[in-house]
Amino acid sequence: MNRADGREAVTRAHREEWARVVAALTRRFGDLDIAEEAAAEAFAAAVERWPADGVPPNPGAWLTTTAGRKAIDRLRRENKRDDKHKEAQMVYDADPPEPVGAIDDDRLRLIFTCCHPALAMEARLALTLRMVGGLTVPEIARAFLVAESALGQRITRAKTKIKAARIPYRVPSAEDLPARVSGVLAVLYLVFNEGYLATGPDTDPVRPGLTAEAIRLTRLIRALLPDDGEVAGLLALMLLIEARRPARVSAGGELVALDEQDRGAWDAALITEGHRLVRERLAAAAAGAAPGRYQILAAINAVHTSARDIRDTDWSQVLALYDQLLRLEPSPIIALNRAIAVAELDGPEVALAAVDRLEHRLADYHAYHATRADLLRRLGRGHESRAAYDKAIELAGNTAETASLTRRRDQLR
Amino acid sequence: MRYLVSVIDDKSSPGSTDRQPAISAFNERLIAEGYWVFAGGLADTATATVIDNRGEQAVFSDGPFAESKEYLAGVWVWEAPDLDVALKLAAEASKVCDRKIEVRPFL
Repeated sequence: MNRADGREAVTRAHREEWARVVAALTRRFGDLDIAEEAAAEAFAAAVERWPADGVPPNPGAWLTTTAGRKAIDRLRRENKRDDKHKEAQMVYDADPPEPVGAIDDDRLRLIFTCCHPALAMEARLALTLRMVGGLTVPEIARAFLVAESALGQRITRAKTKIKAARIPYRVPSAEDLPARVSGVLAVLYLVFNEGYLATGPDTDPVRPGLTAEAIRLTRLIRALLPDDGEVAGLLALMLLIEARRPARVSAGGELVALDEQDRGAWDAALITEGHRLVRERLAAAAAGAAPGRYQILAAINAVHTSARDIRDTDWSQVLALYDQLLRLEPSPIIALNRAIAVAELDGPEVALAAVDRLEHRLADYHAYHATRADLLRRLGRGHESRAAYDKAIELAGNTAETASLTRRRDQLR
Repeated sequence: MRYLVSVIDDKSSPGSTDRQPAISAFNERLIAEGYWVFAGGLADTATATVIDNRGEQAVFSDGPFAESKEYLAGVWVWEAPDLDVALKLAAEASKVCDRKIEVRPFL
C-alpha cells in the first residue's frame, strides 16, 4: 500500500462513514460535543496511521472503535462520568422508528436532531453540514460568508440548546413525521440553492461543492426514508437542476438562461436518474398519493429536461403543474414563474399583466424585475425594459446573474 | 425535565378574555397526564414592584422592571420527558390561551 492510497482511503471513509460514526457516538455517549470531537480525532488518527499501517479491513468499524476510545479518554480526563454527566445526556429513544418504511439508523436520529424546529434555520444549516455532512467549520463559514468564529459560536449555541432544553435524539412519531421531514428537506434545499446560485457577490456564482453535498445528504435521507414521496421529489429536483449546471455559466462568466443553454452539455446520467424518480412519483400519484411541492417542482424540471430544444418544451404541461403548485402553496414567487410559462403560451402581454399584479409583494425581488424587463423587451417597450433591467441589476447579488442582466440591458436599443 | 412555560400577551393586540373555562379544562388534563407542576395567572404589570437591595438600602420602585408592549400574563411549570413533548403541549396551550407561549428549560 502506498501513502497516496492510504490518504485516498481516509477521504473516502470520511465521505461514507463520518455521519455514521458521529451518530453512533451520540447514541452511546448522549452528547453531540463528545461525538463530534471524538469522530474528528478518530479521522485524524486514520490520516496518521492508514498510510503507514495499511487500511483496516473494515474502515467504518475501525473509526467507530477508535472514536469510542477517544471519547472515553476524554471523559476520564475531564472526570465527567459522574451523575451530573449522566443526567445531562440526551434523551435517546431506543424504540425503532414508528413510521412505516423508515430504516432504523442512528443517522436518521442525528438528522432530525440537527434540523429540529426549535433551532434557528441558520443553526440547523450549520449543524447539519457539520454533524451529518462532516464539513469543517472553516468550510461552512466560507460557504455562507460568515466569520469562522461566528459560525463556531452558532454551532456551539445550538449544541448547548439541544442539551439544556432536551431536544431528543429520536425519529419523530408518524403523526409529526411529514412536518419534520419537510423541515429537513428545507435545510437541504437551502444548501443546494446557495450552491446553485450564490446569493452574494463575494463568492463564485455557482459552487458545485455545495450542490454535491446537498445531493449526497438527500441521497442519504432517501436511503433511510425510501417510502417518502417528498424526499424522492427533492432528490429528483436537485438532480434535474444539477444536470444543467455545465451549461449554466458561459465562458465569459455570465449566467445562461434556460432558453439559451447548450442542451448537449447537460448531464444525461443525472437526467435519466431524475426522470426515473419523477416517473416513480407519478405512478404513486396515479395510485392516489397527493404530491407535495418538491414532487411538483421535480415534474416541472422533468418537462424542461425532456425537451431537446427549447421549442419542444411542453408549456401547457408546465403551466398545469404551476397551477397545481399554486393551489398547494399560493406564493408570489411561484406565480412569477408561472407567468413565464404563460408568456410562451399566451404571449408576453398576458404574462406581463400577471407579473404586474405581483408588484406589491415582489418589488424587492430581483427576478421580478428581470422577468418584467424580459417581457417588456419582447413587447418592444425598450425604455421601460431598460428601467426594469436597472432595478434587477441593483437588486441581484450573484455576479454571473448581474453580468447576464447587464448584457441584456446593453443590447436594448 | 422541568420547563417554565410563559404565557405572553400583547398590550396592542391582547388575546381574548373568555379563555378561563378552556384553560381550566386544559389544566385538568395536564394534571391527569402527569405534566402539571404549577400554574398561575398574573395581575396586570402595573401592580408590580421592583426591589433593589444591592446598595446600602433597599429601593422600591413602582411598576415592572421593563416596560414593553409584550408582557408575561401567566406561567406554568411542567414536568416533561423532553422538548418535543413540551412543545406539543405548548402548541395546545397557545390555542387554549389565545396567546403566544415561551418554553424555557430549568437548569
